[in-house]
Amino acid sequence: MANFNLQINGKTHTVDVEGDTPLLWVLRDHLGLVGTKYSCGIAQCGACMVHINGEAVTSCMLPVSSIGSDKVTTIEGLSEEGNHPVQEAWNEVDVAQCGYCQAGQIMVAAALLKKNPKPSTEEIENGMNRNICRCGTYHRIREAVALASSKLK
Amino acid sequence: MANLTKTNRRDFLKIAAMAGGGLFIGFNLSSCDSPKMKVLSTAEILSKALGFNSYLSISPEGHIVIYSPNPELGQNIKTSFPMIVAEELDADWKDVRVVQAFLDTENYDRQVTGGSGAMPHSWERLRKAGATARHMLVAAAAAKLEVPANSLTTEKGVIFHKDSGKKLTYGEVATEASLLTAPEEITLKDIKDFKIIGTPVKNVDNQAMFTGKPLFGLDFYREGMLHAMIQRPPFGMKLKSVNDVAAKGVKGIVDVVTFKNNVAVVGNSTWPLIQARKLLKIEYEADGSVESSSDHDRIFQELLDGKEAQVMRKDGNVDLAFKNAAQVIKSEYQCPFLSHTPMEPMNFFADVRADKVELVGPTQTPDRARSETAELLGIPPENISVELTRLGGGFGRRLRADFVVEAVELSKMMKAPVKVTWSREDDMTGGAYRPAVRYRFEAALDEQGNMIGYKLRGAGINAGNSTRQDNFPSGSVDNLLIESVEHKSPITTNPWRAPITNFLAYAEQAFLDEVAFAAKKDPVKFRLELLERAKKSPVGEIKYDVDRMIGVIELAAEKSQWGKNGNLHQGFSVYYSHRSYVAQVADVEINKGNPVLKKIYAVTDCGIVVNPTGADQQVRGGIVDGMGHAMFSNLTFENGVPKQKNFDSYRLIRMKEVPEIEVHFVQNGIDPTGLGEPALPPTGGAIANAIFKATGKRLRSQPFVEQQEFSEINLELRMT
Repeated sequence: MANFNLQINGKTHTVDVEGDTPLLWVLRDHLGLVGTKYSCGIAQCGACMVHINGEAVTSCMLPVSSIGSDKVTTIEGLSEEGNHPVQEAWNEVDVAQCGYCQAGQIMVAAALLKKNPKPSTEEIENGMNRNICRCGTYHRIREAVALASSKLK
Repeated sequence: MANLTKTNRRDFLKIAAMAGGGLFIGFNLSSCDSPKMKVLSTAEILSKALGFNSYLSISPEGHIVIYSPNPELGQNIKTSFPMIVAEELDADWKDVRVVQAFLDTENYDRQVTGGSGAMPHSWERLRKAGATARHMLVAAAAAKLEVPANSLTTEKGVIFHKDSGKKLTYGEVATEASLLTAPEEITLKDIKDFKIIGTPVKNVDNQAMFTGKPLFGLDFYREGMLHAMIQRPPFGMKLKSVNDVAAKGVKGIVDVVTFKNNVAVVGNSTWPLIQARKLLKIEYEADGSVESSSDHDRIFQELLDGKEAQVMRKDGNVDLAFKNAAQVIKSEYQCPFLSHTPMEPMNFFADVRADKVELVGPTQTPDRARSETAELLGIPPENISVELTRLGGGFGRRLRADFVVEAVELSKMMKAPVKVTWSREDDMTGGAYRPAVRYRFEAALDEQGNMIGYKLRGAGINAGNSTRQDNFPSGSVDNLLIESVEHKSPITTNPWRAPITNFLAYAEQAFLDEVAFAAKKDPVKFRLELLERAKKSPVGEIKYDVDRMIGVIELAAEKSQWGKNGNLHQGFSVYYSHRSYVAQVADVEINKGNPVLKKIYAVTDCGIVVNPTGADQQVRGGIVDGMGHAMFSNLTFENGVPKQKNFDSYRLIRMKEVPEIEVHFVQNGIDPTGLGEPALPPTGGAIANAIFKATGKRLRSQPFVEQQEFSEINLELRMT
């Protein structure tokens, strides 16, 4: 075991875990940040998406030892009041069914829009194709990303 | 016109202990607009709220708490149920706080998510719950104002006395009202006066879901809780030996224990469990038949060709009809095993103490979780509490309680609270699949192309009755034989969203398209002719409403401009399931020589649509689910073990593969029926039929992408 100082959502957290522990399980089991979801564990579905220095990254295969001083943002830290334009758009479009994948979807959408605030429909689809929604809310996800894009100043 | 209805005392017992705290986070509807506003927690509201009945409490401040008893897995019941209570209460929706109830069989009926049955079961109960409370509030206000109750009106949580201009809020009379006796009879609203039902109401958990609050079973943590993962045996095998020395040496592992052919690693957090499992050395030995998919191919053929089958329905003289036929059409259709793969893998928390058991987690059948726990431990069910978390999908897999009793077993053995987590690989290899089925259809046509004979034999692996013998086209054909035959396998199966019909509908609707083609009839006209026959002089018993089925067919043909656009190749499908009717049309267009699946239209008759935003997504999601599994997913076996263990080899549909979907509902004012499942069954057939129209290729097996015919047609899938 070793101590790791992690920069998560603007705060420093110290955890004592094995270096190969994926960030996902550090967040969930050790820091109580359960908004980042486990679903496949092999970086195929996107339920565990977080931002590392602003990039959307799957956290289920990312060893905690590789993070260093990189800035980690989770769904809990995306906005202070749950009012990131993407979160607001997700509410306005009423995207979710079961909701389990949606935190991961929101994290990918937020990173996508940060890089490309006015994506074309095709760019939205390419960007969001990393994530699986088993309930099939894909049309609403696409609509919500477009709506969030229109809200960006 | 308003309808008078008897109340049922059992529904209106006041609840003594209320659900509160725990995982349930109240959703502040106004938080997005005014984030600085002080918002009372649900626990704070509950501490003052007065119980009116098992669905409803009102606080003196006017906060309304509505309990949602059924497990929420994405069917949106946690929003639509409270809407119905709030409607009859005449509440202002913004004052409503929804709380997920615990399992409580004293106060609620049917706390189950399955069979698309919640809405038809509870529609009237929920209306009465709201209406009774409204009646009591009005009575209390009448006493306070010293006016007759019938001189008062209500709107958005306020009681008005028009003559004097006086008004009282629900909160102001809640205390007095809660002491009154519920009326014996109650008048329900005329549906034309609905103000909440029929309007789009956003999911009550949106804010919690979109900010990452703990809602789901896997999000449940308890101080001092142990984590466990379990290695289960291949199907048809039992445990022979375990070497757990290396696994026990992993840091964070507390113990490795064995129970009922399972080997459980138990530790303080999840990652060490995943690591330790890799170090387990387990030997299994055969305990019955150990099957592979190649065995199933052989078994299907034997069952279809064999003499033995259960006759499910027989009308007229089938042999004679086929002997006299001008033309006979015969086809086989096959669907593979499927995993349910909800995004949240199976999990459950159990804390087994000497005198009580606490269960927390995602289950579609909390009562079954409790009864199986009671049976396992030999204790009375009343000593067991079940707290319902939100479910990250279910699709039928969580109708079982296998993952619940595992947690109970381990908590008992470890003498500590335990959360069992299934990995994705466990979820896909751990059983209870959609059964694999092969169908043989035969149709006899006379000289004029009338279907005079129809035969279906379903051969399933642990599928039970793989037919729906009283469903369409039964009732419309003079000579008909429906048979079912089953192979019993150690590979476990379970209802999977729209059980049986999720593949039967595809097979049947694709076969009927073949028959219509052979009869040189338009597929829509062909179905309507059969239905006219079933309406005029039905053959034997029929379980569907012919007029409602004709209604969705005609509306779907209209909305999709059926047959009117020469550039489109359209496929038709219609199915009745779970008391609802859905017709679908798939449009395939040829683009630079390749067929493109462009659009799917759906027309649904589920009676009154309670929440249009939820209902629209139920249909959309059902179509995406039906299409994705028809196209891509396949679970195959080798020596009792699935070959596909995760999403890298088991393909689920993604955004770019989904076509445009247009959703319509029939407006008929009939009491609502199921909607969680009925939109799924028709989709595979509509797509297969459109592909045939465009390419001349019949897709008679799922998944489509693995068929030889599919590789020849270069079908493009894309959203835009």
